[in-house]
Amino acid sequence: MQSATWLVQLVDEPINMAGLLSQIDNPDVGAHAWFIGVTRRRTAGEITQTLFYDAHRSMAQAELERLASAASSRFGLRHLVIVHRLGEVPIGQASVVVGCSSPHRAAAIDALPWIMDELKKNVPIWKREHFVDGKTEWVHPK
Amino acid sequence: MRINVLLFAAARDAVDSDEVEVEVADNATAADVLAAVGELSPAMQALVPYCRLAIDSRYADASASVVGAKELALIPPVSGG
Repeated sequence: MQSATWLVQLVDEPINMAGLLSQIDNPDVGAHAWFIGVTRRRTAGEITQTLFYDAHRSMAQAELERLASAASSRFGLRHLVIVHRLGEVPIGQASVVVGCSSPHRAAAIDALPWIMDELKKNVPIWKREHFVDGKTEWVHPK
Repeated sequence: MRINVLLFAAARDAVDSDEVEVEVADNATAADVLAAVGELSPAMQALVPYCRLAIDSRYADASASVVGAKELALIPPVSGG
């Protein structure tokens, strides 16, 4: 069995999806699965103007590497890409992209929600909501 | 000993600084550092119970020693994605 490879990036500009697609290519896989998280305008009745993401950058990179390694082992992935954008992310644009490939579809499809759940629990990245009424607040799920 | 702790997000806003210095015992643990940071302001006191401490970019157990750490960071509940 081939060993898995992964690409983990924190970027400060729009995520280039087209440039990522070939990263999970492999003649021995039968499935590519992608998740694109985009910023949403409405949260609990409030209207968001924009979102701003901050991070403990070196630790976030290290946590994402650990997550990529764990996910690859757990699901038997062949290739994995995790890209998170930092700074301002306007409504409708991608803040996070996860893509993976595996010989059969179940593994690639099942890996996506697991990776996103782990990312949202452990990777030191924070979002600050900027609402249209001028209010701003950090999102700290407790 | 006096040690520096990196701050992020609401914790940084709570004291208007991205780093603080706190006094802890020479054999301090992660829990001791969290307690000391909590003393800095009422807003920090409210936030710290929900925070984790990272020692050299790894989450630390409450009982972990901070002696010899190169970097300490207070990690509020994360919200990436």
